[in-house]
Amino acid sequence: MTDSIVPIKEIEENMEKMDTDKMWVIMGPQHPFSHGLWTLKVQLDGEIVTDAEPIVGYLHRGWEKEVENREYPKIIPMADRLCYAASMTYTHLYCMTVEKALGIDIPEKAKYIRIVADEVCRIQSHLMWLAAVGTDLGNLTVFLWCMREREYFLDLNVKLCGARMTTNYPRIGGVRNDTTELFDRDILRTVDRFEKALWDIIYLIDDSSIFVSRMKGISILTREQVANVGLTGPAMRGCGVDFDIRRDDPYDNYDKVDFEVPVLNTGDSYARYMIRVEEMFQSCEIIRQAVQKVKALGKNAPYRIKTPSKVPAGTHFTRLEDPRGESLMYLVSDGTDRPWRLKVRSPIFVNVSSAKLQSVGTRIADVPAVLAQIDMCLGETDR
Amino acid sequence: MDANAIYQTPTVEDIAQLLPAKFSGVNVTGTETRRVFATVPRENLFEVCTYIHDNLTFEHCSTVIGVDYVDHLATVYHLTNYYNGVMIELVVDIPCDDMHVDSVTPIWEGANWHERETWELFGIVFDNHPKLERLLTPETYEFFPFRKSYKLRGSE
Repeated sequence: MTDSIVPIKEIEENMEKMDTDKMWVIMGPQHPFSHGLWTLKVQLDGEIVTDAEPIVGYLHRGWEKEVENREYPKIIPMADRLCYAASMTYTHLYCMTVEKALGIDIPEKAKYIRIVADEVCRIQSHLMWLAAVGTDLGNLTVFLWCMREREYFLDLNVKLCGARMTTNYPRIGGVRNDTTELFDRDILRTVDRFEKALWDIIYLIDDSSIFVSRMKGISILTREQVANVGLTGPAMRGCGVDFDIRRDDPYDNYDKVDFEVPVLNTGDSYARYMIRVEEMFQSCEIIRQAVQKVKALGKNAPYRIKTPSKVPAGTHFTRLEDPRGESLMYLVSDGTDRPWRLKVRSPIFVNVSSAKLQSVGTRIADVPAVLAQIDMCLGETDR
Repeated sequence: MDANAIYQTPTVEDIAQLLPAKFSGVNVTGTETRRVFATVPRENLFEVCTYIHDNLTFEHCSTVIGVDYVDHLATVYHLTNYYNGVMIELVVDIPCDDMHVDSVTPIWEGANWHERETWELFGIVFDNHPKLERLLTPETYEFFPFRKSYKLRGSE
């Protein structure tokens, strides 16, 4: 490096030859883009990202060790706390794992109620993500509109189980309570209203050049890369992997409802956004069908069965489609009323480990836009 | 069945036949709908995983899990085929006096953080791992908190 001032024209002529030092920039742990406590170290060559390393673990509570000292039913509220936006799916997953270890089949009604609860959870989680993308890309209206729509779905949670986010609703052997009075009317009204409101948000985003130019053609991933790196969920389906656990490895009664799995082959940031939006419409469809099934089963159908407190020794695992990807629980039981080991596979834990793959080659200004597609939640990443 | 052919959508029965036919040490312990359970000797793990990835088209490694059974440890691998949703569960037993196992990160990049996590919490060393460093716990930790010998206050 020389100290003399070089004329601009000369710099432009020698642009190809110029070597700049690479620089590490540390984004986080307190950074507007991080949506939680984590750090992204990015290596820059000028403006272009050449390397990236995520650092997590600030929130490590030893969840898996902690549950080894608790009876099985007492772990349900802890499973809620894995992720506040996907609490229903995690509790569902935990109950499903224990039911599999017990070898019991739960009542039909409970299965459909769980589907309804899961899809409400999926919509509100996706809306939370869309709100976050809105702020990351500099459009506060999207944030406000999404949060407004999300409130209606949180109200449905209140109507169903009394809590907004940490719901503590599924139980080993069913669900805690039957659907409340007029719940089916309210949920159908909410869904109908929401589909119209979602179009408003879509127009707002698709007509905005800020959004589209910062997502289209940015961070293109291929099918092989995505499968190998373990990226799951909507981000994976935006890159051409045609796989959804709800359809291809169905649990509970997902094989008895009819829905489509959106898949795009473009693989860019915009495709991953489109998949999530389309998933919200599909969730509305699933809710409509499942509510009809719950109604058809009648008011007096059983929704919960009694289960023994001790789980026979053995190893079992189940997985389900979380709003953010594939979550899996592996239970090792030793015949007592406490688990020997319970491992949680968090989708975001793996998705965030691919931050390097996603962000290399993009500009530093696009890093928040690209990594917003992960839909970060630290509670389940660090466990 | 040809053990060296490439299958894009192997069924549960195919896998239960092919794996023991190709590797004598692999023992299929059970099957369910879309699930195959098998145990693998520690020495064969890498070749078995390479075979599962290349010839049986299992593109996705869901998890690598460590379990402490006090008299021995184990690592558990869950592998997914994206074409038909079949999963294979591989269990590898690891003796307490020699906690080494081959890393599968060269095959599935997605196993990277799972192996780092298993190393820092159980002390199982994954050979040939590109970057075996602490991930969730502070670097100053000198113990492996998820082993059964590490008691939580208030338990027992």
